[in-house]
Amino acid sequence: MTSLEKHKYDVVVIGAGGAGLRAAVEARAAGLRVAIVCKSLFGKAHTVMAEGGAAASMGNVNEKDNWQVHFRDTMRGGKFLNHYRMAELHAKESPDRIWELEVWGALFDRTKEGKISQRNFGGHEYPRLAHVGDRTGLELIRTMQQRIVALQQQDAKESGNAESHIKVFAELTITEILKENGKIAGAYGYWRENGNEVLFEAPTVIIATGGVGKTFKITSNSWEGTGDGHALALKAGANLVDMEFLQFHPTGMVWPPSVRGILVTESVRGEGGILTNSLGERFMFKYIPEVFKDKYADNEAEADRWYLDQDNNRRPPELLPRDEVSRAINAEVKAGRGTEHGGVYLDVSKRIPADVIKKRLPSMWHQFYELAGVDITKEAMEVGPTCHYVMGGVEVEPDTAAAIGVPGLFAAGEVAGGMHGSNRLGGNSLSDLLVFGRRAGMGAVEYVKKNPTATVSEKAIADAAARIEAPFSRAGGENSYSLHAELQEVTHNLVGIIRTGKEVEEAIEKIAAIRARSANVAVAGGRQFNPGFHLAFDLDNMLLVAESTAKSALLREESRGGHTRDDFPGMSSKWRQVNHISSFDGKNVNVKAQPLPPIPKELFDLFDIHELEKYMTPEEIVKGGSN
Amino acid sequence: MARKLKLRIWRGDATDGGLKNVEVEANDGEVVLDLIHRVQATQMGDLAVRWNCKAGKCGSCSMEINGKPRLACMTQVSSFPEGEEITVTPLRAFPVIKDLVTDVSFNYRKAMEIPSYEHPKNLAPGEARMEQIDVERSQEFRKCIECFLCQDVCHVVRDHEENKKSFAGPRFFIRIAELDMHPLDMLKNRKQKAQEEHGLGMCNITKCCTEVCPEHIRITDNAIIPMKERVVDVKYDPVRWLGSKIRKREGIV
Repeated sequence: MTSLEKHKYDVVVIGAGGAGLRAAVEARAAGLRVAIVCKSLFGKAHTVMAEGGAAASMGNVNEKDNWQVHFRDTMRGGKFLNHYRMAELHAKESPDRIWELEVWGALFDRTKEGKISQRNFGGHEYPRLAHVGDRTGLELIRTMQQRIVALQQQDAKESGNAESHIKVFAELTITEILKENGKIAGAYGYWRENGNEVLFEAPTVIIATGGVGKTFKITSNSWEGTGDGHALALKAGANLVDMEFLQFHPTGMVWPPSVRGILVTESVRGEGGILTNSLGERFMFKYIPEVFKDKYADNEAEADRWYLDQDNNRRPPELLPRDEVSRAINAEVKAGRGTEHGGVYLDVSKRIPADVIKKRLPSMWHQFYELAGVDITKEAMEVGPTCHYVMGGVEVEPDTAAAIGVPGLFAAGEVAGGMHGSNRLGGNSLSDLLVFGRRAGMGAVEYVKKNPTATVSEKAIADAAARIEAPFSRAGGENSYSLHAELQEVTHNLVGIIRTGKEVEEAIEKIAAIRARSANVAVAGGRQFNPGFHLAFDLDNMLLVAESTAKSALLREESRGGHTRDDFPGMSSKWRQVNHISSFDGKNVNVKAQPLPPIPKELFDLFDIHELEKYMTPEEIVKGGSN
Repeated sequence: MARKLKLRIWRGDATDGGLKNVEVEANDGEVVLDLIHRVQATQMGDLAVRWNCKAGKCGSCSMEINGKPRLACMTQVSSFPEGEEITVTPLRAFPVIKDLVTDVSFNYRKAMEIPSYEHPKNLAPGEARMEQIDVERSQEFRKCIECFLCQDVCHVVRDHEENKKSFAGPRFFIRIAELDMHPLDMLKNRKQKAQEEHGLGMCNITKCCTEVCPEHIRITDNAIIPMKERVVDVKYDPVRWLGSKIRKREGIV
């Protein structure tokens, strides 16, 4: 091989979505040198797919909103399994993160007073989502991307080199995070364009790789959502927390088959869209769970009035948290009341004039018109659940986003766990990645002060290189595309939206069998931009993620948020007291229970005691918070 | 209902290449990207193609389909008559890396040349007030998904490599227009710079860019023409010219 391409940085950020870019901006602001590495072109990250908005209690539309209300909504949405500290930091800091985007040139939709407009969303008590039509994620990624460019322009002015402090390594796959003496020393990967290998030496690595959706058959995620960061973290010795919790977004497209899973934004419901079954029933009224009865309307008249008067009416049940709506749709379809293509109807045409729909939901109109031949200003959409988001992720220290157990490793955004508990509220993802992207950047800055350099040993380099070469030298004959398809079948059928212990056990066996076969994946062709070769590494990551999810799902004998067990349909306050921690021993993923950090008194006291009784044990209620 | 379809795919790299014929199954409602993926999974494991979201939102799967710059994820197979062959080739304006993947770094270099947004110095975060109607003009341009189809189709650079140095292209004209119309941006003379430094004058308004834009941004009518007109106004109207000198800012239209 020709000589190895080597780089030295203070920070390597893996992933150029919102969290990664926000982390890079923060680290750069402190004068650090940052490498941003991403699998796609710069600006294509899955963040662009976020539609509805970013939740932040700015109080622009309803001045009663504040961080405490946002915190409460987030904890409720997550069924109190959230790490309280992450939910607290997120609720407190998200307004500043949104305003900061405006300073960098973002153009959000406005209120009549000229402030940033905020819209209603499932599980949020007040209109809270800053948005730009239904393309908020695009605005966010573009703003961050342009912020990076602005900083590079500054560097060019000052030092003559635009890439003196931030360099984007686009279309580069990281295959390994490297450690020396128990601490982070760098990362290893290859250029997708030509297969040439690259070594990064750096004392800190920030993982911001997003989600795992491609592990599943029907997903709203782009091809990049292959759980790379989850797997890289596991292999580097970090833990994953609560990997059993996957969010199935209630409204994905169901037809035509080629677009199955593509997201239909929750804003459609936030703007007044209603869900009906094939009998024309507005079925959500039947599915309001006990814990939410006082907040959601149980009749159409009140639900309709809420759009005009939110103070004196309860919310329509279409705006229940996503897990509830997904389960309801699933139940309707199973009961034979589904649409022709196995979904339910989502209709916005009867409530909102055509021109308003096109203005508020332009990309939805576009998407249905061009891909399904449906004009949503006149007809109903067909929708059904799609794998959208993983609540589980790298176990981190909330204030610094430092991965627990691996000095120098950080994680932020979807790849980090804890923030959303068992179910994420819509809109909390864009704000999450800004809040914790920044905190990961700050965490890295502090760490680098004490650990300024890192060197990778020759042995580590040789091992990483051997791993990349392996698929080319195998005679094995397994095809990575078919193994990926098999894995997706297993996860979809056996660890999907509704699970049973028996099915999950079967899944664990099948995943192990696929993993054994994946050791024989052989790649045709050369190293130059070869998708079969790329998929071989993605597959490895997805298999570890799937194993972690299945094993965590088997342990949790209750139903909560994004984990529904048909054999344990109820939610149990005993199970609320534990997180499931996945670790990797080099061969297998092992999962164990770990006590949830107790919520401190000042946060405990933000809730009505009767509400907490629905989630917590009598002993916890008597104790009343941890201090 | 599945049908067999003939697909011609350009395969090769910077040194050599040509069209390869394949037969592939197509189902109802599928797009060209589905066919390419099926070919990849069953016949050509190393066929190179860029894609991400498969929902027309990221602008990655840009290519030429029967000679037209398009997103493969938004091109319905049913839009081609039964029996017609579908030919997919890489973007012509950019150098091929492999198969359907081209080197689009030209666009990222141009992005670096456009001066960034400048926020008013005394306006603290959260204090900005803007009317919806005022942000909408720039918002139209911020819909851009950077698929670079407009850059590919633009005849100023499509077959004229020599023009690339002095021509930013439609994507960056709308970026300049967006900043120029941004209610808060403080940097002045963006239009003049578009004309003098980024090659706005080379555009002769054939509207090809607008035609291929998957986001239906009215690139020519709403960005390029208004900028051209105002540049001309300031340049040739003596009162405005004087005004621009006295107030150290552009003439007010």
